[in-house]
Amino acid sequence: MVFLENFRIALAALRANLMRSILTTLGIIIGVAAVVAVVSIVQGLQYTITQQLQGVGATFIAVSPKQDRGNFPGVAARQVKLTSDDAQAISEKVPGVKMMSPFILGRATVKFKDRKHNPFMIIGATENYQDVTNQTVDRGRFFSQVDLENHRKVTVIGPKIADELNLGPNPLGKEIYIDVYPATVIGVMEKKGQNLGMDFDDIVYVPFDSAVSLFGRNTADQIQIRLLATGPERVEQVKDGVGRLLRQRHKIPASEPDDFEVQTQDEILKTVNKVLGSVTAVVGGVVGIALLVGGIGIMNIMLVSVTERTREIGVRKAVGARRQDVLVQFLIEAITLSLIGGGIGLALGYGLGALVAKLIPGFPPAHVPIWAVGLAIGFSAGVGIFFGIYPAAKASRLDPIEALRYE
Amino acid sequence: MALIELHDIYKVYDMGAEKVHALNGVELTVERGEYLAIMGSSGSGKSTLMNLIGCLDTPSSGSYVLNGTAVQELDDTQLAGIRNKEIGFVFQTFNLLARTDALHNVELPLIYAGLSRQERRERARRALEKVGLGSRMTHQPNELSGGQRQRVAIARALVNDPSILLADEPTGNLDSTTSEEIMQLFDELHRAGNTVVLVTHEPDIAEHAWRKVTLRDGKVTSDQATARATGSDRPAAAAPVS
Repeated sequence: MVFLENFRIALAALRANLMRSILTTLGIIIGVAAVVAVVSIVQGLQYTITQQLQGVGATFIAVSPKQDRGNFPGVAARQVKLTSDDAQAISEKVPGVKMMSPFILGRATVKFKDRKHNPFMIIGATENYQDVTNQTVDRGRFFSQVDLENHRKVTVIGPKIADELNLGPNPLGKEIYIDVYPATVIGVMEKKGQNLGMDFDDIVYVPFDSAVSLFGRNTADQIQIRLLATGPERVEQVKDGVGRLLRQRHKIPASEPDDFEVQTQDEILKTVNKVLGSVTAVVGGVVGIALLVGGIGIMNIMLVSVTERTREIGVRKAVGARRQDVLVQFLIEAITLSLIGGGIGLALGYGLGALVAKLIPGFPPAHVPIWAVGLAIGFSAGVGIFFGIYPAAKASRLDPIEALRYE
Repeated sequence: MALIELHDIYKVYDMGAEKVHALNGVELTVERGEYLAIMGSSGSGKSTLMNLIGCLDTPSSGSYVLNGTAVQELDDTQLAGIRNKEIGFVFQTFNLLARTDALHNVELPLIYAGLSRQERRERARRALEKVGLGSRMTHQPNELSGGQRQRVAIARALVNDPSILLADEPTGNLDSTTSEEIMQLFDELHRAGNTVVLVTHEPDIAEHAWRKVTLRDGKVTSDQATARATGSDRPAAAAPVS
């Protein structure tokens, strides 16, 4: 009863000094808003990436040429290669490979009648691509082996391409131009959305050989390979096999590092989580400092408030307030102050996260997990208690006679 | 049994090098229903005595029995309880909570008494009506005159039905007309059966009481009935109990 009453008294006191209360709690607001904004963005990223990677399945393996040639001092001239022949060798010689899909990436303008569009990327792939990367064609079909063998001029497009080129309700059969090469649309991919700045709906797929003629011979020397192992238990074996085979084929001496990368789904997930985890940790540290500063601000104002209200404390004691009543009153005031800050910070941070996610095209929506809400609230309450206890104890120990005499 | 029994009370303040004897063996008994004025110049120890009677402080030695409770043995928390139940303070400077309306100010002791919101509201309203402020309940102290503020303070002192109404220079901050009105209110409250203890240095204020105790250098130097006590308006309720 007295506790509830103390809560009312605390709220009334905070309302009486509204501006001061807001300024005091600003440190907490900023701290909590910062952590929630970053966590919401990072969590959003993590959530979407995890979803997508899990979508491709546990047997998924990516093989890519190593990008950072700066790591090979003195051998900068060596061309890092990953070729169709490498891909072919993998699928023939490495046991445990269920499916293999080589592909190349490039950019080109697409045209239909007077409409032009620059897709996010052009992917030159084989008929397996769809199955290896676990994608679905919404309408029509993906390339077949027959298309590839007969060098048919066909293309499969993302849903956004159909819109951008104004292909109408039925894009199938329409002939579009990719750079100067005509191609007939035989399929439209299912809508996948955006992630990490990549628009998966803004992609044009062409047969592997068409892409080679589109982008030039040397692009075929730096391809990407995606594999599926026959089962999750064989993933490590395939990874080792691919590594050994490629080192042998690329004639890499034992002292030199790989000029390619083999990553399993599990490893990609771990890498992503590691990066995002360390971002969260760094931000957490900064926010810890912000909350510390915010807490000191609260302590400062509470001390001022105790001095200002010395007489009030004296009156309360004279009419029967016990030490613990005064202690609880001021403690609740400090906690309320920091909790309100935490609440505002939470809302602000979420808004900020959502806004950032919305402003950056291709960014996944912000996602605030329950633990972050709990953490923000718990932490601000903790700050209130920690920094409020000293001023509250000071108030409770005031001698009523002195307090009543205080001018 | 008397309401207040002070026996051989000493209060010594340790001021570093020297010890100050604020009270030097005070003997005082106050019966229920009395109307008492404690007089004395500044430094006589009357404020110290008032703080002791009001249970804001404890004596260095001696015994104080208030309404059957040996106060000198109580700890801080118990003293707070006694102040809440037995004492109604009225201060010279009113000591109302700012930005808090009259009703909530009067409610204050009842919060610490642990009463329900509804009962607090009801009793505070009755107390305010008793002091003639029924129409000013939602006014804040800065919207009230000095006399009205003191009435709110008196209502606050009365609201928990204390054994003693303890007023420290209640008219010290008021003009003479308002002072007279406030003193008439105390007279009325006394007639209604309340025990009133006034602390004052003004003789004409002290004349409202029926008994006058004078302090000097921490000792009671005189203890006598005032002119009023022999007057005609002596109520039956306050007949001397001896």
